[in-house]
Amino acid sequence: MNFEYSDEQRQLADSVRKYLGQAYDFDKRKAIVHSPAGCSDAVWSTLAEMGVTAIALPEADGGFGGGAIDLMAVMEACGEALLVEPLIEHIGLGARLVARAGSPAQRAALLPGVIDGSLKLAFAGLEPGRRYELAPQSTVARRQGQCWVLDGEKSVVVGAPWSNKLIVSARGEGGGASLFVVDSRAPGVSIRPVRTVDGQRAAEVRFSGVQLEGDALLGPKGGALAHIEEATDFATALLCAEAIGAMQYANEATLEYLKTRKQFGVPIASFQVLQHRMVEMVIHTEQARSMAILAASKVDSASDERERRRAVSAAKVKIADAARLVSQESVQLHGGMGMTEELKISHTFRRLTMIGQRFGDADHHLERYAALS
Amino acid sequence: MDLSYSPEETAFRNEVRAWLAAHLPADIRAKVTHYQHLSKDDHIRWHKILAAKGWSVPHWPVEWGGTGWNITQRYIFDEEFGLAGAPSLAPFGPSMCASVLLRFGTAEQKQRFLPRIRDGEDFWVQGYSEPGAGSDLASLKTRAERRGDHYVVNGQKIWTTLGHYGDWIFCLVRTDAAAEKRQEGISFLLVDMKTPGITVRPLILMDGGHEVNEVFFDEVKVPAENLVYEENKGWTVAKYLLGHERMGSGAVGSSKRELAALKALATRELKNGKPLIEDTRFRDRLSRVEIELDALELTSMRFLDKMRRSGQPPGADVSMLKIRGTEIQQAITELMMQAVGPLAQPFVAVEGGEVDPLASRLSPRYCNYRKTSIYAGSNEIQRNIIAKMTLGL
Repeated sequence: MNFEYSDEQRQLADSVRKYLGQAYDFDKRKAIVHSPAGCSDAVWSTLAEMGVTAIALPEADGGFGGGAIDLMAVMEACGEALLVEPLIEHIGLGARLVARAGSPAQRAALLPGVIDGSLKLAFAGLEPGRRYELAPQSTVARRQGQCWVLDGEKSVVVGAPWSNKLIVSARGEGGGASLFVVDSRAPGVSIRPVRTVDGQRAAEVRFSGVQLEGDALLGPKGGALAHIEEATDFATALLCAEAIGAMQYANEATLEYLKTRKQFGVPIASFQVLQHRMVEMVIHTEQARSMAILAASKVDSASDERERRRAVSAAKVKIADAARLVSQESVQLHGGMGMTEELKISHTFRRLTMIGQRFGDADHHLERYAALS
Repeated sequence: MDLSYSPEETAFRNEVRAWLAAHLPADIRAKVTHYQHLSKDDHIRWHKILAAKGWSVPHWPVEWGGTGWNITQRYIFDEEFGLAGAPSLAPFGPSMCASVLLRFGTAEQKQRFLPRIRDGEDFWVQGYSEPGAGSDLASLKTRAERRGDHYVVNGQKIWTTLGHYGDWIFCLVRTDAAAEKRQEGISFLLVDMKTPGITVRPLILMDGGHEVNEVFFDEVKVPAENLVYEENKGWTVAKYLLGHERMGSGAVGSSKRELAALKALATRELKNGKPLIEDTRFRDRLSRVEIELDALELTSMRFLDKMRRSGQPPGADVSMLKIRGTEIQQAITELMMQAVGPLAQPFVAVEGGEVDPLASRLSPRYCNYRKTSIYAGSNEIQRNIIAKMTLGL
C-alpha cells in the first residue's frame, strides 16, 4: 500500500502550482476570463513546456507514458487556481482519442502539436436534447467517394472557440459512432461561442455539409463508442482530481475566514455549530479524494471496462455530492462576502457547481453505477 | 378542524387574482419569470399601479392608506403575488420604514414621509449591516455626531439592497460611543441620499447582478428633525422592526409558481428520449420538494390561524418559515439548473454566439439564490432565535 505521490508526480505538481500561483492569481485570471479569447496562450505554452500535455501520452508518440494518476496532483493545482484553459478537453478528451483511436499517421501528424501546445483540441460530443449521452445521433457522416460529408449540431463544446481542431463524433449511415478530425475553421463549420458560468469558453457548433478527406476518420468506422466512453471516463477522472483541488481551496479559505471573522466579540470559528459544518466539509473532501484516487487508478489499470466504469461513476457521484456540499457551505459560512464577485470563493462555488454536472451529474452516474452493480 | 379557506377568503383570493391578471404589466412579469433583475423604473411603475388601486400598503392603518384587511387576507394577497409572478414591493419603505414611523414617528414625520412612501414617490433603502456588523448588528460603528441642529454622519454600510435606486435611507448609527451597553448608544436616522458626502458603490454578486451596495458616509449633514424616536434608543426601534417580520417569509406563492415552472421544464427536457419528469430519480427529488412545500403551506396557515386567535405577533414562528421557505426556494433553483443538464453551463454570448434565454438564467439564478439563506437574518441566526425564543435555550 502506498497512497503517496511519487517524487516526480509531486515535483511536477509543485512547479505547476508555483507557476499558477504567480501567473494565475485572482486578478490575472479575471483579466484572462474577460479577454477576447478568454484563454491565455502564455499559460498554455508554459503548461506544455512543463510537460503537462505529454504526461499521459505513450512514449512512442513523444509522451511520458503516464496516466491519470500521474496527472492527479497537477489537476488539483489547476482546480485550486480555477484554470479556465480547456486542459481536460485537450489532454483528457482530444489527445486521448487521437492516441487511442488514431492510426500511426494520425498520431504522428497531431500529437507533436498536442504536446508542444501549438495544436489545441476539443471534443464535440454532446448533442442538443440528449443531455449526457455519448452515442451520436443527430450528427451524421455520409460517405462520398473517398471523402466524408458531415452534418449536424453539437452542444456545449467546451474549448471549441479556442481550438484548432475538433474531434467530432458522428453517426454513420450504417449506424454506430465514428470519430472525425475536423479543422475548427473549415468551411461549413460554424462556432457560436459563449462564456460559461464558471468562466470557460464553449460553443454550439454546427456542421453544414462539411467536406472531409478520407483520412479524417479517426478509429474504426461505426465502432468508436468504446473509445469515446474510455476517453470520457479518463477525462472524468481528471475532472474529479480538479474538483479536489477546488474543494481544498474552498475549505482552506473558509477555515481562514472562520478564524478571522469576528462577531459578538469572538471569531465565529468558536461557534460549535460552525465547527461541525466545517468538519463535514473536510470529511466530504476526504471521501471524495479517496474516490478520485480510485477513479484515476482504475482508468489507468482496470482489468475490464466494467470495473473502470463502476469506479469512475462511483467517484463522480461522490465528487458531485461533495462539490455541492463544500461549495454551498463555503459560501454560506462566508456570509454575504461569499456571494460577491470580489472573492475567489464565489468563483470556486461556480466551478464546483459546473463540475458537479459535467460529464454527467450525480443522477446520471448513480444510474450507470447501479446498472453495473 | 377545517383546513380550507372560507368562501369569503376564497372570493377575496379570486378578486386579487383577477386584478393581477388584468393589471400586472407583461414586461415586468416576464422579467420575474425569466429571472431578470428589475430596473428602478419597473419598481416604481408597479408601485404606482398598486397605489392607484389602493393596494400599495395593505398592512397600514386605514387612515394612512391601508386596506383594513386581516392577516389572512394579507397572506392571501402576498401568495397571489407570488403565484402571478408579480414582484413584491421592495419592503424597505412600505414595510420597514413605515412600520417604524407609524409606531415611533412624530406627527410631522408621518405626514412628511408616509404619503410619499404609499404613492411610490420616494424609494427607501436600509442602512443596517456594516462590514464588521452583520449577524452581530449591535456592534455597528457608523457615527452620528450632534452639531447644533443637525447630525454629522461618518462611516459605512454594506449589503444595501437596491441602494443605487435609493432616494432615502434609514440608518442605525452610533450616537453615544461611551454607552455602557453597545445597544444603548444607537439611534435611528432618516437620510436623504442626495445629501453631499454619500457614495454608493456597487457590490456585484456572483450571477453578475447588481442588487447590493456599499454606502459610504463622509461628513454627511442630517437635520436633527430626521431622528426617529429618542436619541440612543434606536435599538428599541430596530427590535420592534424585527418583531414585525411578516408571515409571507416562507414565499409559498412564488415557490408554487416556480415548482410549476420546474415541472413544465422537466416535461420539456428529455432524458434517454423520454421526458425528464418520467425519470424516477429526478421525479423523486422533485416530489420531495413538493411535499416540503405542501407542509410549509399548511404550517404557514396554522401559524396564521394561531396569530389570528391570539392577536399576538408571530415571533419565532416566522424564523421557521424563513428557514424552510429559503431551503425550498434553493432546492427548486437547483433542480431547474440540473434539469437542463449541459445547457446549465452557458452564461453569456460572446463574439456572435448565442445562449438559450431561459436555460442560461438557471445557473445564475441558482447562484443568486444562495443569498436567501444569508440575507434578512441568516438561517443560522434564525435557528438561534428559535432556540432562544421557542425552546428557551
